[in-house]
Amino acid sequence: MAEHTVAITRVERLPQGGMITLRADLEAQEAVDLLGMVGLAMPEMRRIADTEAGQVAWMSPDELLILCPPERAAALAAQMAEACAGEHMLVAEVSDARARFAIAGPTSRQTLAKLCPVDLAPGRFEPGEIRRTRLAQVACALWMTGPEAFELICFRSVADYAETALNTAATQFDAGMSL
Amino acid sequence: MLLLTCPYCGVTAEETEFAPGGAAHLTRAGPGEGDDALEAYLFHRANPKGVHFERWRHAYGCGKWFLAARDTVTMEVFGTYPAQVSAPPPELIDTIRTKRPGWEPA
Amino acid sequence: MAHRLDTGGRLIDRAAPMDFSFNGKGFRGFAGDTLASALLASDQMLMGRSFKYHRPRGVVARGHEEPNALMNIGAGPFFEPNQRATVTPLTEGLEAESQNHWPSLETDAGAVNGLLSRFLPAGFYYKTFIHPRPAWKHLFEPFIRQSAGLGRAPKEPDGDRYEHFYRFCDVLIAGGGIAGLQAALKAGESGARVLLLEQAPVWGGRAAIDGDDVDGQPAADWIAGAVARLEAMPNVALHTGVMVSGVYDHGYVLAAQPVPGHRPGSSTSRERLWRIRTDWVEVAAGAIERPLSFAGNDIPGVMLAGAVRDYLADFAVVAGARTVVVTNNDDAYRTALALHAAGQAVPAIIDARAETDSPLIAAVREAGLRIAFGTGIAQVVGGKRVTGVRLCPQSGDGTMTEEIRCDAVAMSGGWSPAVHLFSQCGGKLTWDADQAFFRPDPERAPMSVDGTPFVFAVGAANGHLESAAAQADAAGTPIPAATEALIAPVWRMPAQAPVKLREKTWLDFQNDVKVSDVQLAAREGFESVEHAKRYTTLGMATDQGKLSNVNGLAVLGDALGREIPQVGTTTFRPPYVPLNMGSIAGEARGPIFQPLRKTPMDAWHESHGAHWEPVGHWRRPYCFQRSGESMEDAVAREILSVRREVGLLDASTLGKILVKGPDAGRFLDMLYTNMMSTLAPGRCRYGLMCSENGFLMDDGVVARIDDDTWLCHTTTGGADNIHGHMEDWLQTEWWDWKVWTQNLTEQFAQIAVVGPNARTLLERLGGMDLSAEALPFMRWAEGEIAGIPARVFRISFSGELSYEIAVPAGRGLELWERLVAEGADLGVAPYGTEALHVLRAEKGFIMIGDETDGTVIPQDLGLDWAISKKKTDYLGKAAQARAHMTDPERWKLVGLETLDGTVLPDGAYAVTEGNNELGQRNMIGRVTSSYRSPTLERGIAMGLVQRGPERMGEVLDFPLIGGGVTKARIASPVFYDPEGERLHG
Repeated sequence: MAEHTVAITRVERLPQGGMITLRADLEAQEAVDLLGMVGLAMPEMRRIADTEAGQVAWMSPDELLILCPPERAAALAAQMAEACAGEHMLVAEVSDARARFAIAGPTSRQTLAKLCPVDLAPGRFEPGEIRRTRLAQVACALWMTGPEAFELICFRSVADYAETALNTAATQFDAGMSL
Repeated sequence: MLLLTCPYCGVTAEETEFAPGGAAHLTRAGPGEGDDALEAYLFHRANPKGVHFERWRHAYGCGKWFLAARDTVTMEVFGTYPAQVSAPPPELIDTIRTKRPGWEPA
Repeated sequence: MAHRLDTGGRLIDRAAPMDFSFNGKGFRGFAGDTLASALLASDQMLMGRSFKYHRPRGVVARGHEEPNALMNIGAGPFFEPNQRATVTPLTEGLEAESQNHWPSLETDAGAVNGLLSRFLPAGFYYKTFIHPRPAWKHLFEPFIRQSAGLGRAPKEPDGDRYEHFYRFCDVLIAGGGIAGLQAALKAGESGARVLLLEQAPVWGGRAAIDGDDVDGQPAADWIAGAVARLEAMPNVALHTGVMVSGVYDHGYVLAAQPVPGHRPGSSTSRERLWRIRTDWVEVAAGAIERPLSFAGNDIPGVMLAGAVRDYLADFAVVAGARTVVVTNNDDAYRTALALHAAGQAVPAIIDARAETDSPLIAAVREAGLRIAFGTGIAQVVGGKRVTGVRLCPQSGDGTMTEEIRCDAVAMSGGWSPAVHLFSQCGGKLTWDADQAFFRPDPERAPMSVDGTPFVFAVGAANGHLESAAAQADAAGTPIPAATEALIAPVWRMPAQAPVKLREKTWLDFQNDVKVSDVQLAAREGFESVEHAKRYTTLGMATDQGKLSNVNGLAVLGDALGREIPQVGTTTFRPPYVPLNMGSIAGEARGPIFQPLRKTPMDAWHESHGAHWEPVGHWRRPYCFQRSGESMEDAVAREILSVRREVGLLDASTLGKILVKGPDAGRFLDMLYTNMMSTLAPGRCRYGLMCSENGFLMDDGVVARIDDDTWLCHTTTGGADNIHGHMEDWLQTEWWDWKVWTQNLTEQFAQIAVVGPNARTLLERLGGMDLSAEALPFMRWAEGEIAGIPARVFRISFSGELSYEIAVPAGRGLELWERLVAEGADLGVAPYGTEALHVLRAEKGFIMIGDETDGTVIPQDLGLDWAISKKKTDYLGKAAQARAHMTDPERWKLVGLETLDGTVLPDGAYAVTEGNNELGQRNMIGRVTSSYRSPTLERGIAMGLVQRGPERMGEVLDFPLIGGGVTKARIASPVFYDPEGERLHG
């Protein structure tokens, strides 16, 4: 238990992804229909709904973030905007607004536990959930892409800050950091 | 450091995820409502020792404003509720009455 | 003399010697030693000088409660003052030095203060240095500043790094002694998620040293068994070497951990601050031994009896060859037995109690040691170390009956439960008169978020000092009967000690507070314990009175004729021990001290001579300096290139908020002072936003995108605030209005192309018709520029022909580089924020934060044209009608031209005849923006002046800091191109 172990978490800045924000009343059938029309599914609160067409992340009771291949984003956003014309909804492509990071390795949970005030212990945070919180001093959202892997997004302007903070946190662990 | 539960996204998080927004349930006074009403709206705050209704925004989370009933002395949080109401929910009032005999909403 | 025995020492590894230095002299200890144990093993009794009298001081305690052995540790960037030697692990090459001594520890000039001690009583600074008044500033204060403070402040930035660690659990147990281990077993078996933290490197607390039986087993066996069982539980995590330092509201707990394996300068973090959130806290922090108050109790060689036993058991170190034990309770008998068993001489046990009996006393008698009941120490003999003790009847006035030669004194005034963690967030204490200590009152425990108690004390921290009782308390089983004889409270030794002894009887070793000081404070009327504390400084040193507080308030109570419960305690505040400032900062240092927001073109700016200016968290180029240029030159060049050719501004930082919905127009009409609902699609309008107090808070250009969509530009610093402001009103006031907002600031890079050649340059890139006919002033259009999807806004903040082009952020750099490349022969040049400021000031455009300061309304700035007269309501309208806001005497915006062409100092005040109530010249205005205009080749300024617009042509006096006056004439704030012809290009 007490012996000193060192493990390294891999932090990788990912290339820009496709992202679309949808603001709508998520309880309303119109929103469910709009997603269904483009092959997407409505997530439950704080969950990510996965389909072949893309992932839909629950951001707030009236906001979704759609994650798709970058080359599809503009067309998908345009298609959605057209489909919901006349409805009280807002569709905006936001692919450029955020930076994405992959954090992977056996100590990925501990890396984020140094920066985020969130219970990231196994069983408490697992794939399928999205959590918006802060990474040190900036807003972020994070979710798990596998048993030891996270994806994290933050605003583009603070990407360097987030990358440095993540890399600083990713270098050193010991048995004292079990969650 | 407080713990608050956002009624919109269900997250219970530490205070650093939230931004405070002062007293809740203010009644806005606009043009033509008189100096007294405007003064009360802009400047008069109860600052109670005890039960207090206040505004919080889940700034680092879902971004939603919500309201909280809290004891300013013991820090006890009686409950949080969505902001789209002009008065605290009756069941919350009942809870506070039970916990703080003698207390009545202002 | 102090020395190390040939055998024993459960924590040291004799096969691993370690060299270290103390005050430049070489020493050797063993791995597992603390700095204090290694020094003591080498008979280095003297470890520091006291704060006020510079008295020689040695180590007193074993752990964090140590008041004396504070050291400067390390060197250069790894230097740290005020480190407790008792908890500083010995490392190879460690450099330590004692504090508060000059010229040397052995011969200290400040010790003369000790000779003058009768002139340095409690409250001495307040009394002595008040008169004559000027003497404070010129004589006393410099002297006191010179002598104040214990450690030396580090001269270099901390070379180590630190980290935070967010940890969550159901039950946190602070302390891994018998009670803590038992509490963890109980909680672990219930299935709860348990975190057990112990400050020491080993489990078991005192029981392992004292060799008591626990639950029918030898303590060591019980401890090993408990640890093994806990380690086998998947829901329990247990760590040694982590100090729980603070318990805060709602189950927030801080704990500090020196990161295992860290060495100064290694790449790992030095210290980890655990930020724990738990439902439940069990405080199993044990108890802290109290000194006895007898004359000379601070002479090196006088130590706490428990500490003497610890140094023997942990490190095989004894403070002397002949140790006199002095006590008022049974526990110190264990020290006598331990020393005796180790072959050390114990000439006598001085017990202040009347003769009594117990198994421990019987064991001491059986060992053949002498016990002197009813006896006290009148005085310790010695200077820099103990050479003997003088005995006297405890009930008497100190008349000596006998002198015993010895070189160490082990004292015990009883034990106080370590209630700090229970009390820090509101737990109340109750006085246990039988056992003479404060214990936690479970009826008045700290309350959590739901109003239920969440902090509980167990074991010794709960007042159950004997191991078997501590274990039973934590297990929730019946508490076994006590085996020890009752303590007799002894707050002064001897009871009738005369003043000449009381003046040598120390309560607070670190702050040099004596029994006589507390008595003086009481006589002078400091009856509240909180007042007496501050007046005498008792308990205000870095140890926060861990040893001295109970003794001090007992003395205060005695002097006031009150019982201890009536005196009460001072407030226990976190942290339990000082935390390193670095660990509080955590990762937030150097490049990530705070977030630095960068635009998509940031790297280009960096490589093209940008001088950075922070704007909010953004960094923006202030100017782009070319070789051979001063910054001033660069700014002037940039301004002229905009006026004469074409400039490029990175405007990506401006806020861009999309507002959409059937009620969006109505919403924006409430938000802005002017009308936005009537803006036609394709058009732009400048808008002002005010707070409900009427004050101008933000401005920017609003573009109508389509029937139900607007795009609102905000200031650089305002984007997040304004978006929050919009959401606030939509969510909490007008929640039935159908409006969505989306902050798109980060989605777009925005480039302002400004100057007479702007259109020519953009036409070269191609893609859109940007002619005056196709895109007139205050219109916008969507299309492609250089193959990049773009929105082009024909707006101007400089008075020149100007286009702002928004493209997806990922393509911002591409567009910027194309503009630079294509515009080379057109004189294109990037410009920074300073040029931006001067360009707008030449045109009399206001800047939020310069012309506004949170007390300025738009009407003050002559912006009435941007305030709708038709609207019945907008945010701030009611407040702007208040009498003070409509007062004709308000300061209003004007331009200011110095008569001699110089530049007015920013912020300078205009004065008039007469003085105000503070004796200052009456002020009638101030400068809000002031620059040298390279276009006009003179200084220009804007300012707010009382009735300013009515006083055109008047000359005002602006006194300068350092003397002299600049005269400036009130003028129109539009200094350049007042007809506005240039922006039509």
